[in-house]
Amino acid sequence: MKAENWQQLGLKPFEYEKIVKSLGREPTWTELGMFSVLWSEHCAYKHSRKLLKTLPTQGERVLIGPGENAGVVDLGDGLAVVMKIESHNHPIAVEPYQGAATGVGGIVRDIMAMGARPVALLDSLRFGPLEEARNRFIFGGTVGGIAGYGNCLGIPTVGGEVYFEEAYSLNPLCNVLCVGVIEKDKVKRGRAAGEGNAVILIGNTTGRDGIHGCTFASEELGEDTEEKRPNIQVGDPFTEKLLIEACLELVDSGAVVGMTDMGAAGITSSCAEAAARAGMGIEIDVAKVPLREEGMTPYEIMLSESQERMLIIAEKGKEDQVKAICDKWGLRSAQIGVVTADGMFRVRERGTIVAEVPAKLLAEEAPIYTPEARKPAYLDEVGHLDPGEVSPIGDAAECLRILLRTPDLASKEYVYRQYDHMVRTDTIVLPGADAAVLRVKGSRKGFAVCTDGNGRHCYLDPRSGAISAVAEAARNVCCVGAKPVAVTNCLNFGNPEKPEVFWQFSQVIEGMAEACLKLGTPVIGGNVSFYNETSGHAVYPTPVIGMLGIIQDTSAVCTPEFKLEGDIILLLGPIAPPQEGAWLGGSEYLRAVHRMVKGKPARVDLELEKRLQAMLLEAIGKGLLKSAHDISDGGLAVALAECCFGSPAHEMIGASVVLATPGVRRRDELLFGEAPARVIVSADPSDFGRLKALAEKHDVPLTLLGKVGGDHLDIAIAEGETKTLIHERVEELRSLWQGAIECLLK
Amino acid sequence: MRFGVVIFPGSNCDSDCYHALKDVMGLEAEYIWHKSTDIRGFDAIILPGGFSYGDYLRAGAIARFSPVMKAVEKFARGGGLVLGICNGFQILLEAGLLPGAMMRNDCLQFRCHYVEVKVENAETPFTGECSPGQILRIPIAHGEGNYFAEPRVLEELKRNQQIVLRYHGSNPNGSVDNIAAVINREGNVMGMMPHPERCCEGVLGGTDGKFIFQSMMKYIGWSLPLNPATQGRCGSRES
Amino acid sequence: MEFLVKVEVTLKKTVADPQGQAVYSALRDMGFEGTREVRVGKLIEVRVEGEDREHARSLVDEMCRRLLANPVIEDYRLEVGVDG
Repeated sequence: MKAENWQQLGLKPFEYEKIVKSLGREPTWTELGMFSVLWSEHCAYKHSRKLLKTLPTQGERVLIGPGENAGVVDLGDGLAVVMKIESHNHPIAVEPYQGAATGVGGIVRDIMAMGARPVALLDSLRFGPLEEARNRFIFGGTVGGIAGYGNCLGIPTVGGEVYFEEAYSLNPLCNVLCVGVIEKDKVKRGRAAGEGNAVILIGNTTGRDGIHGCTFASEELGEDTEEKRPNIQVGDPFTEKLLIEACLELVDSGAVVGMTDMGAAGITSSCAEAAARAGMGIEIDVAKVPLREEGMTPYEIMLSESQERMLIIAEKGKEDQVKAICDKWGLRSAQIGVVTADGMFRVRERGTIVAEVPAKLLAEEAPIYTPEARKPAYLDEVGHLDPGEVSPIGDAAECLRILLRTPDLASKEYVYRQYDHMVRTDTIVLPGADAAVLRVKGSRKGFAVCTDGNGRHCYLDPRSGAISAVAEAARNVCCVGAKPVAVTNCLNFGNPEKPEVFWQFSQVIEGMAEACLKLGTPVIGGNVSFYNETSGHAVYPTPVIGMLGIIQDTSAVCTPEFKLEGDIILLLGPIAPPQEGAWLGGSEYLRAVHRMVKGKPARVDLELEKRLQAMLLEAIGKGLLKSAHDISDGGLAVALAECCFGSPAHEMIGASVVLATPGVRRRDELLFGEAPARVIVSADPSDFGRLKALAEKHDVPLTLLGKVGGDHLDIAIAEGETKTLIHERVEELRSLWQGAIECLLK
Repeated sequence: MRFGVVIFPGSNCDSDCYHALKDVMGLEAEYIWHKSTDIRGFDAIILPGGFSYGDYLRAGAIARFSPVMKAVEKFARGGGLVLGICNGFQILLEAGLLPGAMMRNDCLQFRCHYVEVKVENAETPFTGECSPGQILRIPIAHGEGNYFAEPRVLEELKRNQQIVLRYHGSNPNGSVDNIAAVINREGNVMGMMPHPERCCEGVLGGTDGKFIFQSMMKYIGWSLPLNPATQGRCGSRES
Repeated sequence: MEFLVKVEVTLKKTVADPQGQAVYSALRDMGFEGTREVRVGKLIEVRVEGEDREHARSLVDEMCRRLLANPVIEDYRLEVGVDG
C-alpha cells in the first residue's frame, strides 16, 4: 500500500509496520481505517498510558476502576454510583452548540453503558476572555448546547466551573462529567461474552457524520479547522432520552450480557473493545446496519460517529425481547452480528469479508510511546515572584470590587440558570455552593460532586497545581458534608510530542498520584485530551478533577452562605502566610489587579489538608456548623463576601470581621492571598468551645474572626488599634458579582 | 383518590410528579402510557413537564396527537381535573383545551430558578387551599414559557377570572400580562409553567407546591361524596 | 405523482419575534445599518403523493392547519413543486 494512504489517516511508519507484521499481510482499506481510529491518541492513549498506570486506582469503595465505560463506587445500602468525565474540546472550537451538545450525549451514554440511570451532569469550561466577540460566541454556544441537550434529557446539570483566560482563546475546553446511580448487582460491563450471543445496534441510524472525529481530536487545530465542519455531529437529545429509558429497561429485562457506548470510532471501537475485554471475537455484517444515507461503503459504516447509538450484547434467544423493548420506545434495533470464540473482529459485507483483525490487536495493542520530557524555559521567567514586584494596595475595597467583577470569580448564575438543575427533584444543594449535593430517593444516603482545576496554577507549577486541584476538590465536597471517596479526571494539554508539554503532563500526573493517594481518593476513570494547541500556542496544562463524596445522612448537609445574625465566623486553617509573598504567586489578585501571571502558587500541606477535612466532616456530622465555604480564588475577602451573598433559600446578610495578625506586613496578601487548607465556617456562639476542642483534636488552626449580621461586609485589621480595610454594602457587592458576566456580554 | 401521570416519549418530570403525589402527599398515583386510550377510574390527570417528542416542531405540538390525548380530552369534557405543568401546559394549549399559545422566552434562553407567583384566583380546584393574592415560591424550568393570547382572548380570560397565577416581581419569559397559569372556562383544566412537584419537600428548598396538589385533593375529596363516579361532577363547583 | 411542497412558517406580524429582534440588533451592530426588519421562521419540506398539484397543496394545507403551524401565533405559506 502506498505510504500516502496510511499517512493521510494519521498513522506513523512504525505503526503501519506493526500492523503489517501482526496481520502477516497488508491491511485492506477498511482495516486501515479501523486501525487509524483505534490507534489514534484519542482512543489508544498512546502517549499517556504509561504514566496513567501510576495513578492510584484501588480503594475500599471502588467496585470498578479505569478501563470500563465508567468507574463505579459503592454507596452502601446495595447502591452504587457511576462516574466519568470526558472532554469535547475540539468540537466546541468549531461548532460550539453542537460540539457541547454531543459532548453531553457521549458521556451520558458511558454512564448508561454501565446499566445506571444518569442523574447528574457537571461541566468544566474554559474560554478566552469575553471581551472578544469570537470568545463570546463560543461561550454562548457551548452553554446553549449543554442546556439544549441536557435539559431535554431530564438530567439535572448541577455544577461545574467556568474560567476565562487568554490561553484558551484558540482552544476552549469543554469537559463534561456525568454521574449515575444503580443497584450494585445490576452493574453491566462493556463485554461481548458468550459465543453465539447477539450483537445488536440500537438507536439512531448510521450516516456519514463524524467520520475520523477521533483522528480530528488527535491533531492540533489549524487554520483550516473551520472547514472540518463535516466532522461535527448534530445532537438528537430526544432519541438519547428514549435510549436512556430503553437501556434501563433492557438492564432490568435480564436479556443483556453487555452494553457499550458508540462514541468515538463508532462501531469499530465499540465492537473491538467489547470483544477484547471479554477475550472473545465478534463477527458483523455491515449490510445489516440501518443507514441514513445511500451508498455508504463498509469503511464509512465502520468509522461513522453518528450519535445516539448503543451496542447491546444480548443473550442468544432473547433477541426478540430486546427488539420488543426498543419498539416500545420507538427506537430502531438491528442485530448486526454475533459473538465468536476466535478472538477475531470480522466484518462482512453480505458474503464478502472486508476486514478481519484480532480484536485485541485493534483495541489494546496500539503502540505505547514514552515521549521526551523537558522543563519549559518559560518557567525561568514566570516561575518566581519577588514580593517587591507587587506594589502594595491603597484601596482594599476597590480591589475587592475588581475581584468580584472578574468573570472567573463572578457569579455563574448567568450560566446555570440556563441549565435545568432541579429536574428529578434530587438536587438538595443547588449550583453556587462548593459542591452540588444529590439525595438518593428511598435512602438516607446521598452524594456530593464537584469539579476543580486551576490551569494558571498548573502553568506556573504543574505538580503543585495538580495537588491543589485534588485537595480543593476534596475540600469542596467536605464543605457540604460529604466524605471524598473517588476521582475522575480530565487532563487537557497541548501536543505531547513536544517535550515541554509532556513534562507538564508528567508533573501533573505525579502530583495527582501523590494527592489522590494521600487523601484516599483513587482515580476510577477519566480522559486525556492532548493537542489542545493552535499554531504553537498550547492551553495551560489543565487537569480537571471530578470529585465524588458520599453523604451518610442527607439531613446533615452544609452550605456556604451565612445564615443567622449573631453567629460566629471562624477560620479553619492558617490565617497568614509562612513567609511574605508565599500566597501571592499565581493568584487571581495578582492577575486581575496587577495584571501579572507569576510566581509559585502556595504549596499544599497534604497532612494538614487531611486533618482539616476530617475535622470539617466531624463538625458537620455533629451539627456544629451553620455554614462552610472553601477559601479559594480571590482569597479570604472574596470568600467572606460570597458567604454574605445568600442563596435561593437564604437572604443575604452582612458580616463583621477583625484580623489580628501581628507581624504581617502585606494586607493584600492577608485579604486576597490564595492558599489551600482554608475554610470559613459559621456557628452558633454556644458551639465555640466544642469547635475549639475539635480543632485541637485534629490539630487544625482555628481563629475566631467575627460575627454574622448587619448589611455590610466589614473587614478590619487589629494593629494596636483597629483599622477598617473594607466597609461595603453587601447588596452592592452582590450586584457587581451577580451581573458581571452578563455585563461583559452586552 | 387516583391521580394519573401521563408519560409521553420525552416526558422527564413524570417521575417527579409521581414521587410528589405518592411518596410526599401520600396519594394513589399511577403512570399512564401515551398509547393508552382508556383512562377511566382516575380522579385527576397530570400532564408532566419535559420535552415530549423533543419539542421538535413546537413544544407540545406532536404530543397532542398521542392516543392518550383523545382520552384526556374526553375526561376533561366530562369535568375531570387535568393539570398541565410546563410541557403539559404547552400540550394543553396545542390541543386547544386551553386558549392561547406558547412562544420562546423573550430572553431567548432557557430559565431555571425559583420565581414568585401571585394567586389571582383562589376559587379553582387547583388553588382552593391558597388565599387570594397569596405569593407562592415555585421553580420554573423552561425555554418556551412566553404565554401569548390575542387581546380579545386576553380580555375574556380576565373577565372570567381564568388567569390563575401571575408572575410577581420580575417576569422570567415575557408572557403577556405576566401570566403563569390559566384555567379553562369550565374551571377543570389548568396549565401552569412553574413546577409545583419540585417544591413539595423542605429538603428541596420549598414546599409551596403542596398548595396546588392539596387544593386538588380537597376538591376531589369534596366532590367525591356527591358522585362516587366522580366524572361529570368535578366541574360543577365552577358552573 | 410525488410533489415537493415547501412550507414556510413565520410568526404572525402581530406577534413579537424576539429571535428576529436579536438577529436584527446583531446585524445592525455588525454594520448592516440598512437593515429594516428581521423575522425568523422555519422551512419545512414535505414530499407527498398526490393526484395533481392542487391535491398535493390541499393535503399539505391540512397538515399545516393540524400540525405544522400553530394558527394562534403563526402564519404559513405553501409552494408546490414537482419532485425531480
